[in-house]
Amino acid sequence: MLRRKLVSSLFVGFCGAAVILALIPLAMILFFVVSQGIRALNVDFFTHMPTPVGEPGGGMANSIVGTLILTALGSLMAIPIGVLSGVYMSEYAGTRFASAIRFAADTLNGVPSIVIGVFTYGIAVLPFKQFSALAGGIALGIMMIPIIARTTEELLLLVPGTMREGALALGATRARAVFTVVLPAAAPGIVTGIVLALARIAGETAPLLFTSFNNRFFSTNVTQPISSLTVQVFTYAISPYEDWHRQAWAGALVLVGIVFVCSLLARFATRKMSGFTRS
Amino acid sequence: MRKDLGFRLGTGVFGLFLILIVAAIGFELTRQSMLSIQKFGLAFWTNATWDPVAGEFGALPFIWGTLYSSVLALLIATPIAIGIAVFITELCPQVLRQPLVFLTELLAAIPSIVYGLWGIFVLVPIVRALQVALPDALRGLPLFSGPPLGVGMLSATLILAVMVVPFTSSVAREVLKSVPVAQREAAYALGATRFEAISAALFYARTGIVGAVMLGFGRALGETMAVTMVIGNNPQVSASLFAPQYTMAAVLANEFTEAADELYLHALIEIGLVLFIITLIVNSLSRVLIWSMSRSAKAVPSTAVQPVAAEA
Repeated sequence: MLRRKLVSSLFVGFCGAAVILALIPLAMILFFVVSQGIRALNVDFFTHMPTPVGEPGGGMANSIVGTLILTALGSLMAIPIGVLSGVYMSEYAGTRFASAIRFAADTLNGVPSIVIGVFTYGIAVLPFKQFSALAGGIALGIMMIPIIARTTEELLLLVPGTMREGALALGATRARAVFTVVLPAAAPGIVTGIVLALARIAGETAPLLFTSFNNRFFSTNVTQPISSLTVQVFTYAISPYEDWHRQAWAGALVLVGIVFVCSLLARFATRKMSGFTRS
Repeated sequence: MRKDLGFRLGTGVFGLFLILIVAAIGFELTRQSMLSIQKFGLAFWTNATWDPVAGEFGALPFIWGTLYSSVLALLIATPIAIGIAVFITELCPQVLRQPLVFLTELLAAIPSIVYGLWGIFVLVPIVRALQVALPDALRGLPLFSGPPLGVGMLSATLILAVMVVPFTSSVAREVLKSVPVAQREAAYALGATRFEAISAALFYARTGIVGAVMLGFGRALGETMAVTMVIGNNPQVSASLFAPQYTMAAVLANEFTEAADELYLHALIEIGLVLFIITLIVNSLSRVLIWSMSRSAKAVPSTAVQPVAAEA
């Protein structure tokens, strides 16, 4: 009996230790990103351009604008495709075609981001012999689609069937029932999904390395290469210069800040939503 | 009725587009790597020499680096991830549950590039110090040989392990939740200790747990930035934990924009193609396992004691 109890306590202890083991790197990363990042983070970081090597100061204004443009382009592509294919999967849930879409979405979700980058290079960079913000937006969009599609599907399925039936009973067509009753009811949750997808792709580097590439200058032209926070942090991190390392940490702090704010926003929106999904 | 058909087609087109993207990835990667596939054939995967200048392309070091780092990362991450899942679903007080879920999910949300930055400036020096402190007797072993660089297989493995844990543990948590409560209560009623009851639940959920581990494996295989920044980027096949090595994803990240001639580019894209196929297989397998687990678990409560199942 004593031995069994001992084994049991050891096991409980191991599980607790596992949690602590996982939280140590989290705490360390957050500690370093905040403590190192804060040193270079000031107003200049958001409003100034990068300085040449050896000249301290400067910022990442062009990269921040670049990241905004890239995520906007990605969303423009992914939101309609994601939401509407999500609608199809939930409306025609039992069909073979819906299963095929679901399978494709899950597959796409598991494709390494670097492979998405290689693919986009083949379809959007190689034919034009030109890195461009547009290509970067496409790569990010491809990554967002499956996340949005699956979230939309899951949330639409949570909407009580009685709401749809009520609309249909009043003589609404299926399209009208979906777009005026079911989708609005699930909207807070879908917005959450989109926000989470945005948070994820804003932090992506690999698919941008050879699509949007990088740009030392301020650019809003979507047919030209564009800088992004992540690629800029990468460039700075592997450089041998102290100043650039400081800038990299500040960039990392901004990225983590974006992720953190988005997760909090998402939690807030789901809390509003959960009131009715439980019914 | 006609209008509904329009709606169905209208939304279906977007779904079709999603399917086409996946097909196009496979097609495009194959088309763009034809030169390399035709020239090297299967030898591409057994040749350990990667020399772009001489036009010799062998992908063995990258396959090796990817598999070695991912498997080692799984060995570290799996017990920890399952421990976390068990702690959150079975052991911890209710008030701690939500915060812990949030924290582990935050670990998954931190961008790869931030992991990499932390890896370069914090983890790598720690690993270097560790290697310097290693007793001489151990340094002779092939597993620990090599100069103390800090960058190398061990750093990559540790970072990968941290990054994989949240994925595996969140699926394992879902899987454990789907184990009927009655099953655990029966174990406790028979006088089982916590360990015995939980290991029965884990055994019941084994298919799903394996699925969760595979999902983590899929993530580790394709992880790019963090690994690129700490693995040392040296195409060699070595068993040493401290040797700088290379992975498939890392070579793409580093050399893609430098590929000067077409054969070089095609060789790199072929690596991308194989990475795509491997992750496709691993992920599909993991989904099938998780799915069959949740299906069989759902089938059980109807025959189990009803009041207990209703509590959830």
